[in-house]
Amino acid sequence: MNRYPLWKYLVIAVALLIGFLYALPNIFGEAPAVQISAAKPTLKVDLTTQSRIENILTEGKIKNTGLFFERTGNIGSIKIRFENTDTQLQARDLINQKLNIDLKDPNYTVALNLLSNTPHWLSSINALPMPLGLDLRGGVYFLLQVDMQGAVQKKLTSLATDIRGQLRDKGLRHQGIERAGDVINIRFGSTAEADTARSVLIGPQAELEWQVEKSADGAKLVGRFKSAALKEVQENAVKQNIVTLNKRVNELAVKEPVIQQQGAERIVVQLPGVQDTARAKDIIGRTATLESRLADPVASSIGLNETPPPGTDVFRFGENRLGVFKKSVIFTGDRITDASAGFDQNQRPSVNISLDAAGGRVMQEITRENIGKPMGMILFEKGKGEVLTIATIQSEFGSKFQITGQPTTESANDLALLLRAGSLAAPMEIIEERTIGPSLGLENIEKGFKSLIYGFAAIAIFMTIYYMLFGFFSVIALAVNIVLLISLLSMLQATLTLPGIAAMALAIGMAIDSNVLINERIREELRNGVAPHTAIAVGFDKAWATILDSNITTLIAGLALLAFGSGPVKGFAVVHCLGILTSMFSAVFFARGVINFWYGRQKKLQAISIGQVWRPEGK
Amino acid sequence: MEFFRIRKDIPFMRHALLLNAFSLLTFIAAVFFIWQKGLHLSIEFTGGTVMEITYPQTAPLDSIREQITKIGYTDTQIQNFGSSRDVIIRLPLLKDQAGQVIPSADQSAAVMKVLEASNSGAKLQRVEYVGPQVGKELAIDGLKALVFVVIGIMIYLSFRFEWKFAVAGILANLHDIIIILGFFAFFQWEFSLSVLAAILAVLGYSVNESVVIFDRIRETFRKQRKMDTKAVIDSAITGTISRTVITHGSTEMMVIAMLIFGGPSLFYFALALTIGILFGIYSSVFVAAAIAMWLGVKREDLIQGERKANDTTRPEDPNFGAQI
Repeated sequence: MNRYPLWKYLVIAVALLIGFLYALPNIFGEAPAVQISAAKPTLKVDLTTQSRIENILTEGKIKNTGLFFERTGNIGSIKIRFENTDTQLQARDLINQKLNIDLKDPNYTVALNLLSNTPHWLSSINALPMPLGLDLRGGVYFLLQVDMQGAVQKKLTSLATDIRGQLRDKGLRHQGIERAGDVINIRFGSTAEADTARSVLIGPQAELEWQVEKSADGAKLVGRFKSAALKEVQENAVKQNIVTLNKRVNELAVKEPVIQQQGAERIVVQLPGVQDTARAKDIIGRTATLESRLADPVASSIGLNETPPPGTDVFRFGENRLGVFKKSVIFTGDRITDASAGFDQNQRPSVNISLDAAGGRVMQEITRENIGKPMGMILFEKGKGEVLTIATIQSEFGSKFQITGQPTTESANDLALLLRAGSLAAPMEIIEERTIGPSLGLENIEKGFKSLIYGFAAIAIFMTIYYMLFGFFSVIALAVNIVLLISLLSMLQATLTLPGIAAMALAIGMAIDSNVLINERIREELRNGVAPHTAIAVGFDKAWATILDSNITTLIAGLALLAFGSGPVKGFAVVHCLGILTSMFSAVFFARGVINFWYGRQKKLQAISIGQVWRPEGK
Repeated sequence: MEFFRIRKDIPFMRHALLLNAFSLLTFIAAVFFIWQKGLHLSIEFTGGTVMEITYPQTAPLDSIREQITKIGYTDTQIQNFGSSRDVIIRLPLLKDQAGQVIPSADQSAAVMKVLEASNSGAKLQRVEYVGPQVGKELAIDGLKALVFVVIGIMIYLSFRFEWKFAVAGILANLHDIIIILGFFAFFQWEFSLSVLAAILAVLGYSVNESVVIFDRIRETFRKQRKMDTKAVIDSAITGTISRTVITHGSTEMMVIAMLIFGGPSLFYFALALTIGILFGIYSSVFVAAAIAMWLGVKREDLIQGERKANDTTRPEDPNFGAQI
């Protein structure tokens, strides 16, 4: 009666195989590696860079054990794994030399890093180790709050400029446009005038909802953001800030930074390995500025070693050119109200730029006098200028214009992002911060695993002594539970944190509950004089309802933590919930399988090894 | 080996009144301490900055305190953490003259500057800053999670049993939570997010204990038609006590391992679990069943309900639907 059909054994075998395969990468540790990322906003690390690096390495006869190209957002990086630290250092120096023409002002950051040492056949089936949380490997964590009010007001101010122009074009007279909090108020002499203005604005200003209100001295046209438009403004603000942060963090040459949106208006920044919070904050909080200048009409760009004409400034342009610019600035980045990628009338990729009223006026003057001459945009960060684009002025234009000449839509998109990223879309504030030293991280891992191992050992010894062979089977089931849990977490690529290790320990402590229940129940049946085979079957059956009960109540608590917890608590909750699920498999299905395998073949079972079954006298 | 060699049903309910009075007293004491002393909330809830600093030798607490007061940070807490060489410094949210919160980096940088100036080899291990708004959110989310768990378990219990058991089960386990909180208030142990997680986990865990006992009570009611309620409860608890003690004991072994080897970061987490597990045993055995008894659980409550729900099955079978 205690026999599993073949398919059940197969299920167990497959589950074990997958479990072991995916848990395996966690024991390999890390190997020395070199990471290459772009140091300049205008440069990209892509597949061409990869083949370039491959060539450099083959020429230098440096062997690597793996080369990986990775993309987070629109920023790529390349990681190369090496056998030992000697080759790692050699490779770093060689790549640095060949890739960067000017070592003082490098185009690429070539940094030492660590990469998981997982063999290729494992990583090819996507079996990767769990990433370690900051509390286990040290680093900096910031939670930033984006000031949405600020983003909305900035957008409204720029819309007000547009509206002024649109009313002027239609010859509509008003008594003033002002931004009051989240709304735009336009005052008019009469309701009729306000109505006409409304019908004019309702088309072009589709983002706003217009309402005419009567006031003491005439009428007022009130513009409010439609909820969808408001949402878009806010989403864009967060997205743009994330792009800006990505770019800045990239400069820190951090291994595996995490920059993610959290909720509607928050951004999480995790910088593993960074110890200097002050510097990290400085870089994250730094504002870049954008300048637009006329380029030198004779030679807008020159080689690195050429001498620029007198009275000009030169800035880095691409990898090995210098842009030559006049000293006077046409407009600065804060005049740009929007920049987006699109197409011009010839369906070529273009970047559409809108300036505010003041910027538009200056632009009109300059372009009128300089048709056919080149102008450019320069991004300043840390006082160093970087040319984003140089384009020829085709005609006179004002606050709205296009820049064409981008080879692909992608590069147009990048340029638009860079133009917008000149400054943060909305101010941000650090509302949470954690810094963990690397030695503390190591200590945490060690302590977490030490308690896990000692706790497991204590339970294993106790179970084997108390329940003999059945106890030993329970211990095997428990070990399988850990393996399955770790493999599930690795498959999900859940970040392992100290609370996660604690949850793992607790999951083991609670999972043994099911086996104790089963063993106790079997003993009870034996005590009542039931035959061993029947006792096993009945024991498992009767214990099942209770095990289910116990797991449901624990799961309720786990789900609550998952739903309402944040940060460390969430990590705890994920492991806790998964641990409950794996324990149902291992403690019931798997343990039964082992017992069936062991005892099922014996037809006439006299006794089973479940420790002493004490019977009260007289029974 | 078998620990529990019980010949007769142990009369657990004989002293139910006395034990319930004891429970009530500890409960009132816990409520009193929570109300009077309050919980020592970690900065995760209150907002503020925590810095962990390690020294190559024994940390000069007095001189650290003096130096920090000198730069104008008052109301700070400076304690040893784990060992005598590790110090933990807690700074409350500080505001400048304009009422703006001073950014945490400036605070921690200022503290490190004075500490490094004295050449004592101070090394920053960890900084944690939580803004006022996040702290409030975390506290509210924590309460939400607690309410969610209590309601979820109540629904589950009333669906699984009769309402008297549901009320008894949840009261018994809330009593555990209040007592854990009472311990934290009395000893002014730091109440952090991980302690909250431990409390919720242990709540889900020990409710199950009441479920097991209630199940057994139901089963005994069906089997033993002549026993009165008190005898049924005694018999049910006697039948499950071995399992109760052994499972909780095994879980506690794990928790003790965390308590001993887990270091200061896991200490309070494991401590909350320990108290929760110990009181979980006590309350399942003595409180939950006793409350159900006071609420007047009868054979009819359980058997009738079953029959209605399963009309077509075999109501004459005393073992029908029996579980542990």
